[in-house]
Amino acid sequence: MRRVLTLYSTTIGKKVVMAVTGILLVGFVLGHMIGNLKLYLPAHDGMAAIDHYGEGLRSFGAPFLAHGQFLWIARSVLILAVGLHIWSAISLKVRSNAARPIAYKRVAYEDSTLASRTMIWGGVLLLAFIVFHLLHFTTGTITPGFDFEHGAVFANVTGGFSNVGVAIFYIVAMVALAMHLYHGVWSMLQTLGANHPRYNSWRKKLALAIAIIVAVANISFPVAVLTGLVG
Amino acid sequence: MELDAKIPEGPIAEKWDQHRFEMKLVNPANKRKHEVIVVGSGLAGASAAASMAELGYDVKCFCFQDSPRRAHSIAAQGGINAAKNYQNDGDSVFRLFYDTVKGGDFRSREANVHRLAQVSVNIIDQCVAQGVPFAREYGGLLSNRSFGGAQVSRTFYARGQTGQQLLLGAYQALQRQIGAGKVKMVPRSELLEIVIIEGAARGIVVRDLVTGEISSHCADAVCLATGGYANVFYLSTNAMNSNVTATYRAYKKGAFFANPCYTQIHPTCIPVSGDHQSKLTLMSESLRNDGRVWVPKNAGDTRPPDRIPESERDYYLERKYPSFGNLVPRDIASRNAKEVCDAGHSVVPGGHGVYLDFADAIGRLGQKTIEERYGNLFEMYERITGDNPYRTPMKIYPAPHYTMGGLWVDYNLMSTIPGLHVLGEANFSDHGANRLGASALMQGLADGYFVIPYTIGHYLATSKLEKVDTGHAAFRDAEREVREKTDRLLEIRGRRTVDDFHRELGRIMWNNCGMSRNKAGLEKALEEIPRLREEFWKDVRVLGASESINQSLEKAGRVADFLEFGEILCHDALDREESCGAHFREEHQTEEGEALRHDEDYTYVSAWEYKGVGNAPALHKEHLEFENVHLATRSYK
Amino acid sequence: MKLKLHIWRQTSQDAPGAFADYELDDVSPDMSFLEMLDVLNERLILDEQEPVVFDNDCREGICGACGMVINGHPHGPQKLTTTCQLHMRKFRDGDELWIEPWRAKAFPVLRDLMVDRSALDRIIEVGGYVSVNTGGVPDANAIPIGKGVADLSMDAAACIGCGACVAACPNASASLFTAAKITHLGVLPQGEIERNTRVQEMVAQMDEEAFGHCTNHGECDAACPKGISVDFIARMNRDFVRGVTREPITR
Repeated sequence: MRRVLTLYSTTIGKKVVMAVTGILLVGFVLGHMIGNLKLYLPAHDGMAAIDHYGEGLRSFGAPFLAHGQFLWIARSVLILAVGLHIWSAISLKVRSNAARPIAYKRVAYEDSTLASRTMIWGGVLLLAFIVFHLLHFTTGTITPGFDFEHGAVFANVTGGFSNVGVAIFYIVAMVALAMHLYHGVWSMLQTLGANHPRYNSWRKKLALAIAIIVAVANISFPVAVLTGLVG
Repeated sequence: MELDAKIPEGPIAEKWDQHRFEMKLVNPANKRKHEVIVVGSGLAGASAAASMAELGYDVKCFCFQDSPRRAHSIAAQGGINAAKNYQNDGDSVFRLFYDTVKGGDFRSREANVHRLAQVSVNIIDQCVAQGVPFAREYGGLLSNRSFGGAQVSRTFYARGQTGQQLLLGAYQALQRQIGAGKVKMVPRSELLEIVIIEGAARGIVVRDLVTGEISSHCADAVCLATGGYANVFYLSTNAMNSNVTATYRAYKKGAFFANPCYTQIHPTCIPVSGDHQSKLTLMSESLRNDGRVWVPKNAGDTRPPDRIPESERDYYLERKYPSFGNLVPRDIASRNAKEVCDAGHSVVPGGHGVYLDFADAIGRLGQKTIEERYGNLFEMYERITGDNPYRTPMKIYPAPHYTMGGLWVDYNLMSTIPGLHVLGEANFSDHGANRLGASALMQGLADGYFVIPYTIGHYLATSKLEKVDTGHAAFRDAEREVREKTDRLLEIRGRRTVDDFHRELGRIMWNNCGMSRNKAGLEKALEEIPRLREEFWKDVRVLGASESINQSLEKAGRVADFLEFGEILCHDALDREESCGAHFREEHQTEEGEALRHDEDYTYVSAWEYKGVGNAPALHKEHLEFENVHLATRSYK
Repeated sequence: MKLKLHIWRQTSQDAPGAFADYELDDVSPDMSFLEMLDVLNERLILDEQEPVVFDNDCREGICGACGMVINGHPHGPQKLTTTCQLHMRKFRDGDELWIEPWRAKAFPVLRDLMVDRSALDRIIEVGGYVSVNTGGVPDANAIPIGKGVADLSMDAAACIGCGACVAACPNASASLFTAAKITHLGVLPQGEIERNTRVQEMVAQMDEEAFGHCTNHGECDAACPKGISVDFIARMNRDFVRGVTREPITR
């Protein structure tokens, strides 16, 4: 039966979905990181800077949006993006596994990187991390070694990271995130066809810069708490 | 049998137009009822199959490679000639015609060559429309270079991969027709017999190279575009699997083989490095535009090239041919290389190599320009030899490369078997005794795109062909013969490998019927070949079965044919008591050692008729008339 | 020099395959890789064993027939070099070589090191051409084409269709092959007319042929004997989105 070839019915279409959702997720990661950096700003009006920021997110868009509405809109978009990202990844991975039924006896990699070859596993780790992170700091369901208080971001962060095991898990997850970003950002540009001889050489550098900045900034939080720099 | 070339009447420039008008046409609605078989998918085969399918014929195309894109046309490096006169340097259809007849040493058919020159301009248009990325100037127009001794720039090129790009153009046109259901492509299958019914070619028998299945295919006409036979020399620049089988089987069925002794030896190939050598690699002739050929003046000088001062170098081509220098035609360049090496001036161990030096060109134009012109060739040379030609001169030596001879065809490209058409290198028609550089691609595409689509219609419209199918006894008989031969090869189980026999045949042919030939050598070859052939049928070892992939069996069938065909080649060389073009008989040379033609006695095409294995073939002559080109002695001094 | 070879032997498409071990003693550094295998085959035949089957033809690096994975490298360890152009001087005395066929579902092994690559022809068949018939075309110089465009087109057109990109890709994707043809034709004015539909047809066919997808590893680019760049894959992706949105096809 003849039917219109849709974007999503092809492998390139699925990759485009991965890339577009990837852009959203990279944007979120960067935004989240910038927000987190408020941890280092001095308190004012009797409240930690990051607590002001948390409150700001909830009241964002007022009076047009009700209190907390923006956050839920953002969360819905992100959940949708993550869902599509994962669904595309799985369906492509299934295809790729089927495409080479007999593996090579010897494999010699040339241009691929550890990052590019571990995207799916890095993704699985990140998913596990996100679930834990939400239970840890958003819902306060899992709170090893501290008492979670809704809205008290500073206290929750310093309390949460005082547990060494949790801090190490966060650090490992951020290394995985960096690798995922390093290949993901470049790959995303490639998939969307954003290439031009003039700036091609910058694409990998941009990916590397984003990966390093995100990793360094995010790893600094548990480290700062553990070393007593913040708290 | 009287050979009628069916050359149209009238002035040379009007023959083709007149003929196109006079040819009968097939009603468009009837074209799909005519099946046409094309064997071979190189430039000639692919372009013919695609063009005929576009016209509406029901085409079946066969090739032994895994894909039609791999035909050996792909390896042509230099370029394709066309009389476009884009460079405003005095080119014209008549000049290309004249140069080609002269380059062929006045042994080609004027009418065919003129047609070739005429349609050459259409070929370039066609290829550009297909998206062939020819080299261009900054202004966006097509770039040309002078090539292989031509004094005008009429060669179009796509880096050093012109053959590849032209073939991909034809292949893509063919794939389009396959996709449209107009061509049925049958890759990995080899023609093993041609089937003649009531005097006309009505089909072929092929072996599926994967399953070993022998099958018959019938049609109203058969086109062979199966290339040349240079692998009779074992070592040549041809692809490993290039062979004479299709044309030779046609010859055994009654098609005449014309001018087999015209075998071109390409002057610029990488020298042999040892006994393991399986083929020779050609370095494009365009290299001679900037490279200077030399050997040490003193025989036996083994110093490295940079230690030999200018005064002790012999730039022998520049010395002997001051006006053409390094750009003399291929046969002259080749023979001179052999001459200096035979005199002990070789620059490689084993005695077969001369220098091709780019130092001057690099000094004059800069390494960047040279890199732009020949970068990929230099890289290829370095990969094979381990030497860097930017720093040290290349070493080159002639090698068998192209065969001007082939099945005899008339002006309509039809052989002496009605319905059996022969295109491209497989026929003999356009290059005479020697082919100019960049003319092979032109001929292959001319035959396929612009000649056969017209002439096949004329044949079909004027022939009364009975309906036959592959159940016909002639097909059954042909299949049985093929099976018997295959079984015989597998049953011998002797002691020597197929390659071993092929190597020995190659040695006999190269030593006695190679760059220069003499009576005694040719007679010796005619004694040795039958002996080797007899031994082959007693002692060859082909393992495995015929019902599966069996590359030894494929090779054995091809070598068996070469072992018969080699004799025809020698007979032809022996008969032609003159030197012309690529055929150099030592008995016939001037005092200066140049080729000496005997126009009164040998201005004819030698068309050989099969008279049984081991028997001398019968000679038929097609006398050549030169009405437009004055027979002159070639001089490149 | 001496070599220890482990070569994949498989008698037919349906038969199971396994590595067979061979030792060769006097391999000359001047031999090409395939000549080394020729020598092995001659020896096998004399030993009453069937020779190793592998596709090869021009032995000049242009026909694209040959190809095998040598110690994990499609076409062997030398960059920009087909198996037939690889010479034994790239190896050392005593080396151990694992020689395998291209491995991909879309390239079934026919025998030993020979695979069926007709999937690539089918990708071309659905749109890898400019739809012009013989005759009736304008003069070759009627449409000037900038040198840069012609060069870019030629860079892409240099593909020899050997399938090393598929062999090298961890996903067995044919994206580089397909993108090269799409770029070769798509950048030229002659090919521009069918640019939107061509890319869709070819990508859809590529997907149908059981190739994997591109995850931008860049292994294809590294293995390509003709140096075809992954930049062309980006261009294909862009063209594809453009095609789907501007001129969607039915299939």
